[in-house]
Amino acid sequence: MAGFTNPARSIFTSIRELVENSLDAADVARIPPEIYIRLSKDGDSDDTYTLRVADNGSGISPHHIPLAFGQFLFSSKYRLKQARGTFGLGGTMAILYGQITTNKPVKVISSTGKSLIVEYRLLIDIEKNRPIILDRKIHANPRAKSKRWRGTVVEIHLRGSYAQAMPKVLEYLKQTAMVNPYANIIFIDPRGRLYKFDRTVEKMPPPPKEINPHPYGVDVETLQRIMRSTTEDNMLKFMQKHFHRVGEKIARDFLKRAGISEDRDPKTLRPEEIVDLVEKMKEYDGFLPPEADCLSPLGEDLLREGVLKELEPEFVAVRQRKPSAYSGHPFIVEVAIAYGGKVPAKDDILLYRFANKIPLVYDESGDVCWKIVRSINWRRYNLTPNMPFAIIIHVCSTKIPYKTLGKEILADQLEVSREILNGIREVARQLARYLSRKERVKRQVRRLAVFSRYLPKIARFSAGLAGRRPPDISKLYQRKQVFKGFITSGKYVDSEIFDSHRYSVVFVHIQNKHKENPAAVRVLGLVNSKWEVLIPESTLTSGSEIYETLRGRYKAVKIQAKSLKPDKKSLIDAYIDGLSQ
Amino acid sequence: MSIKKNVDLATSPKSIVQKKLEELGMKFCEEIDRGVFPTVQMRSRSISNIFYSPKYRQYILGKSKVTRSSRNIAHLRPFAQMVWTAYFVHELLKQKKTSTLRDVYYSAQAYDIFFKDQSESDDIITDLETVIEHPRESFNVFPEERSAVFGDLTIEYTVPGYEGRRMNLSSHPDGVMIGPALTDARFVKTSADKVIVVEKGAMFTRFVEEKVYERFNAILIYTAGQAPRSTRYFIRRLNRELGFPVYIFSDADPWGMHIAMVIISGSANAAHLRELTTPDAKWAGVWASDIINYKLPSEKLSEIDVKRLRELRNDPRYKDRHWQKQIDIFMKIKKKCELEAFSRYGLTHIVDRYLPERLKELGA
Repeated sequence: MAGFTNPARSIFTSIRELVENSLDAADVARIPPEIYIRLSKDGDSDDTYTLRVADNGSGISPHHIPLAFGQFLFSSKYRLKQARGTFGLGGTMAILYGQITTNKPVKVISSTGKSLIVEYRLLIDIEKNRPIILDRKIHANPRAKSKRWRGTVVEIHLRGSYAQAMPKVLEYLKQTAMVNPYANIIFIDPRGRLYKFDRTVEKMPPPPKEINPHPYGVDVETLQRIMRSTTEDNMLKFMQKHFHRVGEKIARDFLKRAGISEDRDPKTLRPEEIVDLVEKMKEYDGFLPPEADCLSPLGEDLLREGVLKELEPEFVAVRQRKPSAYSGHPFIVEVAIAYGGKVPAKDDILLYRFANKIPLVYDESGDVCWKIVRSINWRRYNLTPNMPFAIIIHVCSTKIPYKTLGKEILADQLEVSREILNGIREVARQLARYLSRKERVKRQVRRLAVFSRYLPKIARFSAGLAGRRPPDISKLYQRKQVFKGFITSGKYVDSEIFDSHRYSVVFVHIQNKHKENPAAVRVLGLVNSKWEVLIPESTLTSGSEIYETLRGRYKAVKIQAKSLKPDKKSLIDAYIDGLSQ
Repeated sequence: MSIKKNVDLATSPKSIVQKKLEELGMKFCEEIDRGVFPTVQMRSRSISNIFYSPKYRQYILGKSKVTRSSRNIAHLRPFAQMVWTAYFVHELLKQKKTSTLRDVYYSAQAYDIFFKDQSESDDIITDLETVIEHPRESFNVFPEERSAVFGDLTIEYTVPGYEGRRMNLSSHPDGVMIGPALTDARFVKTSADKVIVVEKGAMFTRFVEEKVYERFNAILIYTAGQAPRSTRYFIRRLNRELGFPVYIFSDADPWGMHIAMVIISGSANAAHLRELTTPDAKWAGVWASDIINYKLPSEKLSEIDVKRLRELRNDPRYKDRHWQKQIDIFMKIKKKCELEAFSRYGLTHIVDRYLPERLKELGA
């Protein structure tokens, strides 16, 4: 079975499948997910475990539970929307694997938030592909709606090796938290250690809409399924009703070109005609490109939030590319780049790959993302692979172009690859700009440090030569710290005033040293005994700094700082330097 | 001969240098007082500003000047380093102490002035030489390398603690080291009438052993390869103050030729300085023609030797016919030899035969 090839991989895949079902279930319920995962050793056995995954998702209605968990369901459903797993299938694989290796049933507890909570113990009858219900219990949900429990708990027994799986499991959970910043995830491992990934936002991305398949993306099997279930009795209506973005005009034109009569009953199409129709659909160039409202990308804000939360970088740039399509499947690429902070500097670039909000943590090197990352000339962005930066790539689509059955490697799809490449370029440019600006500030600060370092020496040794007392160098250059660890409030507060009348150039350097909160600052100059704003209100995010050169003569210069959000105090350091001539 | 008139070349520039340094410090202080960033001007030492002067028979700096300003971030560090160096050598002069290039480099750290390496501090000292227009020896800063002198010349020390003490330079058979004390000493009495300079230690020792100083009335100087500036200065003094002709013996190859040439006409590196050259000194051998005439054992010229000869051929210092002729012979015979090659005919051959013949030829 794909994904269950060895003891380590089996643990990993089981956790992954159940967690993804849970996340999907919460998405459906439009509730920020609460996922609880516990993996514990079974008795004193070395390699059998109990895996329990609980969520607060939509729940499953009682009579659906046996089919959802005890049977491989090949549904007649053909309409599409973005989801993590194929609900039921991956989870059922995990259940089956557990059953094969331990001969123990799965326990499922679920409620849709109504008055009942149902508990099943099930086995899968493999030969007949049918659930065997061992036990069914009904519990009461509290009367008060607000206290009612809703969600699903799945508990399986399985063989595997957690010790070997641990690094990948933890990496998987961390990355899951990165692309699901609105989820709370708790994991208790067999050694009793607790791993907690807290949500930083409540907001969830808009849910995907269900759409018809696009004619370009339809295969023979799907088309047959649609034909079996359709209520339409002519091809003109059939095309319009069951296919994405096909209107009357396009349907007419297409059927004419395909040589199929408009009033032909779809049910009368012979198998070879169906095969031919699929081919004609792929050849026809008049279909409109698919729309992306069946997709649920994270969005730039959530992606930024997730990256900030899990990687804690100094800088992050995110970019969502415009929706596009390959072979009739709509897709959206989202890319982020994170630099510095807690992003480690390794020998190679850190690459995080995601598909439909699932982290891909196995089989890295064969992935097209790596191919693209390798093809980029990073020096153009003043980056080298050993610098502390990470690239995050998220592809969402109704059909992710996986290379293999294991769903870990993205294949090289021209359209998708192009979007990934352009996305990376965009965020890399932003990072390059950030770094060059930072370098400029650093250089300027260093330049001024040279004055304060050498001018006193020139004065001292000149005086030594001349046999007199040292001259006063503040006429040439002066540096003053006007804010020293200043804690902002909701209102503007003045810094110390810098007497700048004898300097022709004044440099202002302001840093926000707070770990989280942003500040607002501005710079004022005394002109004709009135304070004029020289640098208007600027936002200083946590850890950032601004550096400005003021030209022209001012009697005095001062800085004002306040909290950007009234209740969030920030920490300000500021220096003013004056240079004559 | 006893030297009566005290032409005090050795000590008089020092008071001038000291005054110039003080004026420099005063200028900087006054500029800062006025709220102006101090600047200093000096002649440019870039290649485009180095010219050969037939009048002085050495390289000199042209008119182009550079300004170093403390307003310029890139200049600030070397500016501060130069002010410190000026201060440091001023203290040396005031306290009548001497120092070496290496010592200056290390001393800086005690004043919180840093040089990347000694070559940086050497460069700054060269800057200061250019600004003050006097060689570093006038700042009491000397190089590490030492060469030696032997011969009947009585000198009188002027350095602190030894003032008035006299010594004869033939009193030690290994020769007397040419250091700061000797460079600044007064010449009192001599029976010699010429100076013979050799580049090789072995030859110097041979000349002393064979009593060349007696047989030829010569003061012998050993340069240890390329002559250090203090030695060049000392040779110049012997030539200028005592009027002695100077004969230089070096290897018969482009490098040996150039050792002689630097004593005669100076180096491009010292184009900002005068008083280090002895334009009347003569390259007495070993010439390329000697390899043929004396049938000296020789080696083939290497590629680098040939390349160097081509450079020298176009060097304005080598314009003289005699030099050009020797270069032509080198190129023709493609051979070179060392001073020691004369030993082929016995240890004393060079003194017994070659030296008298050559000196006669040169009109000594």
